[in-house]
Amino acid sequence: MPLVFTLAFRNLFHDRLRFVATVVGIVFSIVLVTVQMGLYLGFGRTVTTMIDHASADLWIVPRGTKCFEDPSLLDARERYRALSIEGVAEAIPVVIGFADWRMPSGATTPVFVIGTDLRSGGLPPWDLVEGRIEALSTPRAVAVDRSYLERLGISGMGATAEIRQQLVRVAAVTSGIRSFTTTPFVFMDVDRARSHTGIPSAKTTYFLVRLSPGADLTRVRGQLASKISDAEVLTPVEFRERSRTFWLFSTGAGAALFAGALLGVIVGTVIVAQTLYSSTKEHLNEFATLRAIGSSRGYIYKVIVWQALLSAVIGFSIAALIGWAIVRLTAETALPILITPGLIAGLFSLTIVMCIASAIAAIVQVTRIDPATAFTR
Amino acid sequence: MSEPVIEAVNVAKVLGSGAEAVAALRGVSLAVSCGELTLLMGPSGSGKTTLLSILGCMLTPTEGTVRVCGQSTDGAGPEDLALLRREHVGFVFQSFHLFPTLSAADNVRLALDVRGEPSRSAKARSREALARVGLSHKISAFPRELSGGEQQRVAIARAIVGNPSIILADEPTAALDGENGQAIMKILAGISREQGRGVLIVTHDPRLLPFADRIVHIEDGRLVGEERGAAGPDMNSRKSYRG
Ligand SMILES: Nc1ncnc2c1ncn2[C@@H]1O[C@H](COP(=O)(O)OP(=O)(O)O)[C@@H](O)[C@H]1O
Ligand SMILES: [Mg+2]
Repeated sequence: MPLVFTLAFRNLFHDRLRFVATVVGIVFSIVLVTVQMGLYLGFGRTVTTMIDHASADLWIVPRGTKCFEDPSLLDARERYRALSIEGVAEAIPVVIGFADWRMPSGATTPVFVIGTDLRSGGLPPWDLVEGRIEALSTPRAVAVDRSYLERLGISGMGATAEIRQQLVRVAAVTSGIRSFTTTPFVFMDVDRARSHTGIPSAKTTYFLVRLSPGADLTRVRGQLASKISDAEVLTPVEFRERSRTFWLFSTGAGAALFAGALLGVIVGTVIVAQTLYSSTKEHLNEFATLRAIGSSRGYIYKVIVWQALLSAVIGFSIAALIGWAIVRLTAETALPILITPGLIAGLFSLTIVMCIASAIAAIVQVTRIDPATAFTR
Repeated sequence: MSEPVIEAVNVAKVLGSGAEAVAALRGVSLAVSCGELTLLMGPSGSGKTTLLSILGCMLTPTEGTVRVCGQSTDGAGPEDLALLRREHVGFVFQSFHLFPTLSAADNVRLALDVRGEPSRSAKARSREALARVGLSHKISAFPRELSGGEQQRVAIARAIVGNPSIILADEPTAALDGENGQAIMKILAGISREQGRGVLIVTHDPRLLPFADRIVHIEDGRLVGEERGAAGPDMNSRKSYRG
């Protein structure tokens, strides 16, 4: 083992309490950053769940739509105008809207209705655990997620309730379709969705456009945009980005998450800088001896930087374990913390940068060492 | 007499500043040669440590010149001085200054590690140096497991392992009892004689006199006398120190 490393290692473990303080500082800071960034990623993915699961080449959305949940409406007849364009194979209407769900017990709870043309499969429920998609075409049939059964006051398949004084019956149950607003989703046929949400039959929220094979997306998009009034034509990527930007930044949620992460970095850096500084101060005489026997400044910096890196690796490993546990614990919640390989790499680099930055104060301290003090001690 | 390995010419040093400034050295010229053991003696506060620090390139003189192996240190910066130290000078301190968290062997190896010597050869050389000071059996002991005399021997091994031209020691026996002090001096004398290194030892212990080739006296920042020592070739000029 290189001697600089040994020296750094021993310096680090020489004072156990301080070492523990250093590691706790790093772990605290990195776990905080992990949670904030994981929430950011998780939130970013959750808010676009519906867009991610819709099968569309293009979305026709009401002009000025900010996110999927936006209640603006399109004229339903635009569908025929869309279909008249060469290259458009399908224009599937999707209707969304909030409604009140009256449980068998008589109590009510708000739900978010998603209606789609089930035969074309524009935005049907996915991950079914009970029932079949086809069953949703039968009168009154709806699909709900099993995680919301209790909220909806029902037991499962076959249960009945009322939306807008009209009877509905659970014909399919999904697993894991959760809403970050915690309002349960209720999937149904597009026509019934209109009557359950009070949307006029001449209106629709979106059209999901599918192109015929070989059609030129850019050209079709241009023609749709010029032919359909009061609408915008977006690719799924653009709509996803727009929704995500709205929820993360217009609402301040993203800024709050970033601020939390920044706070974690600052607190971590200060704690590590403080412990590294005091450790160096304690070993100042040894560094002076090193200097006296002819070591370069670089050699001494190496000892300190190794101490910082060792702390970083140990702190990061513990933080990673805790982060993994948090991911497991939140996986089934409405707002899962999402950790991607990119985030892990970023967090590791952040830990290293943080610890090296923390070493600066200690390094400044040793540059002032006078080797001659080795004689006078 | 061979070429001086370290040489101070008309060196003056002012320590501190303003009202507290002290003229620690006032025009000192001293040369130390290979294979010669010189004792630097003088009362407390006379400037011994200051002179040793300047000869060892730890301090720069306010006036005058220091030459290491013929090379002047005028205008050298802290990193240049560190390079001179690691290439030419071995230090032995009164209170040893070993690293408490490193074994004897690692303490010695440190002097080679700061020179960037590969660890395999550094390990072998460290073992040789420890054998040279009679500590082959203690290579993996930590400083706290060693007696004062043994710790100082490790420090000497650390000073010689890099083959310096000169060893500078500031009161190396002051923290030891008489017997251990004698043992340390025997080792240092052996190093000067058998390995042909220059050795300069600051002391005010007259029991060390028999080991000296040469004795230099300093008072109030000035050299006030010089004589051949008992171990040197010319014993006639030897003064009596014991009353
Ligand atoms: N850092 C310093 N600042 C001011 N004066 C100092 C400093 N170090 C030593 N001195 C003074 O310089 C003189 C010589 O000191 P030193 O070389 O340590 O003497 P010695 O080693 O012979 O006892 C003494 O008067 C001491 O008080
Ligand atoms: Mg002194």
